[in-house]
Amino acid sequence: MRTNACKWSLLLAAVAVAALCSRSSAQMTKYDEDQRLGMESHIGKLTGRAAAAKENYRRFCTGCHGDEGDGEGENAQWIDPKPRNFTLATFKCRSTPTGTLPTDEDLFNTIGRGIMNSNMPPWNPLSQQARADLVAYVKHFSPRWQTEKAGAPIQIPPAPEVTADRIKAGQAMFQKLECWKCHGVEGRSNGPSADTLTDDQNRAIKPFNFHDENRFKCGVSDEDLYKIFMTGLDGTPMPSFADNVKPEEAWELVYYLRTLQPMPSKEKDIAKQLGLKPINPNATAAPTAAQ
Amino acid sequence: MRGKQAVLLVVTLLLLLGTAILYSGDRVSAAAAGQISGTIKLDGAAPHQKPIDMSKEPSCAAIHKDKPVSTEIVVAGPNGGLEWVVVYISEGLNAAEASAVPSETPSFDQKGCQYIPHVLALDVGQHFKVVNSDQTSHNIHPLPRPGGPNHEWNKSQPQGSPPFDVAWTGEEMIPVKCNIHPWMHGYMAVVKGPYAVSDGNGSYTISGVPPGSYTVTAWQEQYGAQTQKVTVASGKATADFTFKAK
Repeated sequence: MRTNACKWSLLLAAVAVAALCSRSSAQMTKYDEDQRLGMESHIGKLTGRAAAAKENYRRFCTGCHGDEGDGEGENAQWIDPKPRNFTLATFKCRSTPTGTLPTDEDLFNTIGRGIMNSNMPPWNPLSQQARADLVAYVKHFSPRWQTEKAGAPIQIPPAPEVTADRIKAGQAMFQKLECWKCHGVEGRSNGPSADTLTDDQNRAIKPFNFHDENRFKCGVSDEDLYKIFMTGLDGTPMPSFADNVKPEEAWELVYYLRTLQPMPSKEKDIAKQLGLKPINPNATAAPTAAQ
Repeated sequence: MRGKQAVLLVVTLLLLLGTAILYSGDRVSAAAAGQISGTIKLDGAAPHQKPIDMSKEPSCAAIHKDKPVSTEIVVAGPNGGLEWVVVYISEGLNAAEASAVPSETPSFDQKGCQYIPHVLALDVGQHFKVVNSDQTSHNIHPLPRPGGPNHEWNKSQPQGSPPFDVAWTGEEMIPVKCNIHPWMHGYMAVVKGPYAVSDGNGSYTISGVPPGSYTVTAWQEQYGAQTQKVTVASGKATADFTFKAK
């Protein structure tokens, strides 16, 4: 009798374990929901708690990002670019390598800054604590945050001096890396591949137009621009260049890109003095194509 | 009494362990022997494959100027053999066999603004090299299913840059594209256990299959997957598949 009881209890335990393991992570049960609302974020000395962000999320975020965080809020159908689907945990603005999760600080900065050329406004009127809580809430939507850590942020060396040589070298990078294929030879978002671009949901997407904008999707500073092309904007056609661009070359590219933008800058003055002409894409044609 | 029981238990466990090791050794040594082979046919006329206009990329257009290329979504030979079908064992392997990873490091090359091979089959965790043989920049952008075991990444690979090494963490048929050259399209087919990809005649051979009963799956990017039960008794087994053209 006793061994029978033993057998039965073992069997039951096995069934329980199997049931626990097979529960799909895609469907959030009450248990998951409670578990995930325990999600935290850490930004400097701040600790954000998902549970504390519930009301702010419903008030400020649900309209576009949806109750489930799937980017299907009631306003979503009128919005282009579409609101982020947090359940996928794919984010454009990161300091971390392509394919990895962003840091809490990356998400915190995005919420505070908003996203240029989109319907995402800056949320800096909310307190830092409220924003830190929202970061934790954004993370609670994807199971990826339960099992994975954020990527290691890329290292950005201090900015060197802006010089004519660096700007010229940056222009050579712009040509060699073929940034112009999408962004156009003058950065006017009219390169030969510009019209065919789609995001990872197969929706049409435009490359950044350097001539019209002084702010980028992911910030305004030189460091922000450095991060954009070194980490790539995941979910969009913009790739990471970290594997093939050295830090000093990245800074040169930053300085050249500044010459394309509308606002006055040291870079623009130097380019004017140099009489810098836009690149000639035909010069990049491979020798095989030449006569 | 208690001491004796404990000794008995330890001895039994050791015996069991020994048997398991011997048994698994048997399986491994038999592994090299067996193979599953067959032919994949297309029933009906292959859908028209669109010619690719590469005039926007002169360096690639020049490579194909004598022999223009078309899309490779359905590629059938003159005898109806279907190319680029991934064949793999989807059920029946033991845990050790399923998780064994081949030591070869295949290449996924960007050449003439095409992916060579069009479909690269890989084992979970198998390392492979991404190569750019072209005189132009590519961005290599695999698009795994969101929420699945693998995660999207997107890397630029300018002309002349060295190959880089990657691996995938889960089973999945992952479409790959280049945003700069939107006609470029291929697959990384990530499976567990031995696999093969059919050639221009539709033929394939999966080697290194231990004797046993298996479910074999054939997957084609347009027509999806078919399965078949196969028993590998003494060395060789055959599994032919036919996909209906549509």
